[in-house]
Amino acid sequence: MVNTEIKKETMILNMGPQHPSTHGVLRLVLELDGETVINATPVIGYLHTGMEKTVESERYIQAITIVDRMDYLSCFFNELGYILAVEDLLNIEVPERVKFMRVILCELQRIASHLVWLGTHALELGAMSVMLYTFRERELILELFEMCSGYRMNSSYMRVGGFYLDFPKGFIDRVKDFIDIFPSKINEYETLLTKNVIWKERTVGLGILSAEDAINFGVSGPTLRASGVKWDIRMAHPYSGYEFFEFEVPVGKHGDVYDRYLVRMEEMRQSIRIISQAVENLPEGSVSINNPDIILPSKKDAQIGMEEMIHHFKIVSDGFSVPQGSTYIAVESPRGELGFYLVSDGGNKPYRLKVRTPSFANLQALPLMLKGIMISDVVAVIASTDIVLGDVDR
Amino acid sequence: MGEKEFLISNNIILTSLTKMTNWARRSSIWPMTFGLACCAIEMMATSAAHHDIARFGSEVFRGSPRQSDLMIVAGRVSRKMAPVLRQLYDQMAEPKWVIAMGACASCGGVFKNYAVVQGVDEIVPVDVYIPGCPPRPEILLQGIMKLQAKIDKEKLRI
Repeated sequence: MVNTEIKKETMILNMGPQHPSTHGVLRLVLELDGETVINATPVIGYLHTGMEKTVESERYIQAITIVDRMDYLSCFFNELGYILAVEDLLNIEVPERVKFMRVILCELQRIASHLVWLGTHALELGAMSVMLYTFRERELILELFEMCSGYRMNSSYMRVGGFYLDFPKGFIDRVKDFIDIFPSKINEYETLLTKNVIWKERTVGLGILSAEDAINFGVSGPTLRASGVKWDIRMAHPYSGYEFFEFEVPVGKHGDVYDRYLVRMEEMRQSIRIISQAVENLPEGSVSINNPDIILPSKKDAQIGMEEMIHHFKIVSDGFSVPQGSTYIAVESPRGELGFYLVSDGGNKPYRLKVRTPSFANLQALPLMLKGIMISDVVAVIASTDIVLGDVDR
Repeated sequence: MGEKEFLISNNIILTSLTKMTNWARRSSIWPMTFGLACCAIEMMATSAAHHDIARFGSEVFRGSPRQSDLMIVAGRVSRKMAPVLRQLYDQMAEPKWVIAMGACASCGGVFKNYAVVQGVDEIVPVDVYIPGCPPRPEILLQGIMKLQAKIDKEKLRI
């Protein structure tokens, strides 16, 4: 008798850590039935840098440079979250100008981060030219960052208590130039993709994450909002003066890859709206608090005056101490809720810094999204969650 | 000038085998897409339209180590990643070169701790070190030009 029963056997496929489309060094172990993904297991830790431990041996002012390099696509959010936590422990209220400046930088950074996401997302689905366009505009933003901080990425421009230097002359004009031209560029990207038949075929109805699952997995950011949950920390718990600005939180309906794309495109438009309000209403005044224990004297004074030099030396070599206590501050990074839990023992170094990174939480929902889809769609779903492995592994 | 002499003088270049091989190798260095951290974003920016790495013959980023000549270690290498990196290097076909891009790949950078390899030259031989955290695209291009100058001086390896 012939056995007609088809023997079912699954295949294990290893993807990564060296793979052009895993957004860094993510490793996925895929269990396949033919070309259908039955199960996906992410393996992380290939970029573990030990930042949380390193910060414990650095003074508060030095730790800014370390946290900067966590989520390298959104450096200013890392700085802001950490600095807000330190300021909360120190019980500092910064001037309004500082808040507005921080908002301008962060929203520019959000656009830059979304541009990298859009470029790589399209590249992975075979639309090469989108990446060339998005990186063209990203250069404009990086030039702005270079103008104010002196460096393109990881600039450590923000300080506890404000800024060391104000925006340079002409900076605001260049930001205005940028917000004038950028909306037309978003339309340009949308012309390339939004109604593109191939793009829709490959993204609509793919990698669906329901609102309930998204909340249960602690997913946040655009990935959560695409599932129809209206949750944005800028709106729910305003920080750094976001309560002064008018903007909308775009939400999706279906929670698929296409909706995540639409939500992020709309977010870029809202960021432009926030920046234009902040630029118009930028208050005059000091860019740091008036507290000589924390704020460095100006370079000019430190080079001439003895007292100022000693003062400068004292802060740089010894830092400042932060009162005993603990705090949790979350900011809305381009990827979601970026939270800093900071514990101080009263010394000049953090006792413990635990970072709740959005990519790590969003990655946990990835196996759920990958279940049952075809293997060629895996890269599309990974790209749509917009994870950064530096953010996952720290 | 007769026809034969004209053809010879205009269409034949005399050179040594070493020089010609080096010229061919230096003019089409294919890097591997081996992005690890922050530097990988600047590496992408280098390959994008504004900085255009194609001017130096290196625009063909390959996903497979078998097809690539150059490994640009762009970012911090963790202890968990180190064996993977070595395996990828071993899989690359000769002749092959390595650029350590950025402070972390060169010496560990700001991360002097348990998790990060203090310089990728502990694992693979490095040809060019590029400073910066992360290096600007212009410095990466200069690094590639330095590597081209180095290849020019190489003796023929058979």
